Amino acid sequence: MLLAPVANSDMLDTTSTTTSTTTWQFGRSSGVLDRAAKPLEGLYACANSTSVARRNPEVVVFRSAFLQNISIDTMPLLTQSQADDEEYVLVASLDNARNLSNILKAITFKDHAIFSATPNGLKVTVEDSKCMQANAFIQAEIFQEFTIKEDLVGFQVNLTVLLDCLNIFGGSTVPGVSTALRMCYKGYGYPLTLFLEEGGVVTVCKINTQEPEEPIDFEFCSSNVTNKVILLSESLKEAFSELDMTSEVLQITMSPNQPYFRLSTFGNSGNAHYDYPKDSDMMELFKCTKTQTNRYKMSLLKPSTKALALSCKVSVRTDSRGFLSLQYLVRNDDGQICFVEYYCCPDEEVEEE
Amino acid sequence: MKFRGKIIDIACLNHFTRVITTISKLTKTCVLRLTPDNLFFVLSEKVANGGVSMWCELSEANFFDEYQMEGVSSEDNEICLEVTPENLSRALKTVQNAKSVKVKLTKKHCPCLTVAAELPTLSSSSRVVTHDVPVDVIPRRLWHEFKEPNMPDFDVSIYLPPLKTIKNVVDRMKNLSNFLVLEANLSGEMNLKIETDLVSVTTHFKDLGNPPWGEDASQAPSQSRDPEAMVQARVDIRKLQQFLMGQQVNPSKAMCNIVHERVVHLILLHEDVSLQYFIPAVA
Repeated sequence: MLLAPVANSDMLDTTSTTTSTTTWQFGRSSGVLDRAAKPLEGLYACANSTSVARRNPEVVVFRSAFLQNISIDTMPLLTQSQADDEEYVLVASLDNARNLSNILKAITFKDHAIFSATPNGLKVTVEDSKCMQANAFIQAEIFQEFTIKEDLVGFQVNLTVLLDCLNIFGGSTVPGVSTALRMCYKGYGYPLTLFLEEGGVVTVCKINTQEPEEPIDFEFCSSNVTNKVILLSESLKEAFSELDMTSEVLQITMSPNQPYFRLSTFGNSGNAHYDYPKDSDMMELFKCTKTQTNRYKMSLLKPSTKALALSCKVSVRTDSRGFLSLQYLVRNDDGQICFVEYYCCPDEEVEEE
Repeated sequence: MKFRGKIIDIACLNHFTRVITTISKLTKTCVLRLTPDNLFFVLSEKVANGGVSMWCELSEANFFDEYQMEGVSSEDNEICLEVTPENLSRALKTVQNAKSVKVKLTKKHCPCLTVAAELPTLSSSSRVVTHDVPVDVIPRRLWHEFKEPNMPDFDVSIYLPPLKTIKNVVDRMKNLSNFLVLEANLSGEMNLKIETDLVSVTTHFKDLGNPPWGEDASQAPSQSRDPEAMVQARVDIRKLQQFLMGQQVNPSKAMCNIVHERVVHLILLHEDVSLQYFIPAVA
């Protein structure tokens, strides 16, 4: 297996200890969560108690039974049997496929996506130009069923194709109409099989998988983080929607002194600065230790606005090397929480001060 | 050669406009055949152009309050015109609130279908808006090309699921592939399939029902056919998408006949309108 589980696989480990050097620990030290940990715990509880499964158990039982039976009764063509079901190394079911498709949309800027599944959930990674990486985390609890037979299952698929498959019924947003999904994978060399059902119509998709590439390790450690702010997403959405896209770079200044948190662009029609005061209502956390100014390619940051649009909170961090980490907290249709994370290298041309 | 029709009822006007708009989505140009009782919109493309053909039949009595026509001669009491449905649709769309709309065949600097709408007015003087839609009159020697297509000797006939559902599926499949396999059997099952290097997708519809075609119609599928056996046709996905995209009329019945690996024949029935659409199969 080419996947390096070192720092990445336990990112999803909700119980990992603070001593771990991973960059993302749910409910622990770094990231969006340390400040937001308490409200999040509340949200988790809330999400669980109101999840579809609890509200309407019969529906879920019926639906999952339906999806399980597809391969046996109604689809002799597929030459699948119950025995095959046991061969799957990964089976994940969702009552609402939108909970997966929405979050995957947030990281769709390249076709190739690396999937790594662990007993804790699913991580999907997309990279661009070896300079930026986006990860979407969907915890096992989000799925109505999540069965994995190995510690790590990794494969690569075409993300655009996967999204078209997940939205095969049009991705209806009408309440009460949702696409049920059962996603199965038999292992190395096999296609990723999706069973989708909406209104009694069933679609079976077999997406060919590819050799998983090794995701880049950005070595972004929470111990090296120099500056960090957590913002409500709406405040950043506003700024991003007004950003001067003729500027090649976005310059981010973070400082314990004025201007605290500044976004700057240098475009055809002049320079623009967006300043956030550190005591703004929009600022959930402000923890800057050192003045840092870094430039990032606008073209690399642009895709992250998709995640921003979905999210409710965002954590912006830079480390001593000027690497940028953006962590988005995304709430799905059922009120559950997922995370999307972006890493971006600073632009080389920046002059040292 | 004379033609003059008048629509007063606003519901009829809306309906007529919807039908024309539907047709405009299916084809750039088509032939309008006028007979004493019916209007036909006909498209019979050559195989070289993809070979799609269409036959839409409207009964004049259901749309027009007044309808007069005089054909080329008493024995050939018909008029055949080549029209651009898009132009006609645009003209009609702008006069949706008219008190009455007259459609007539006129000779201005070229033959035209003139749409004259009397719009509501507060003063005593009337307001009339006139659109001239140029048409070509088709000589009698070419008429034979625009006869009703024969019902193909199909292998399977099946009711279609809600068109919106198929449209969603076909739209997504279009993103993934250029060709689609449509297959159905005599047990009310229909599948839409695509297969590419990256992905294979199959959507299964069931319990659709097979229309009962009368024995005398000689169209009854051969009794010997295995009800489970699938009959299939591979079609250009854009042609099917075009058909689904244009559907403004919610049909009371939608059916599909398949001649194995030859042609897909789609039929929409709506009280007073019937639309048939033929998509040739590709290898």
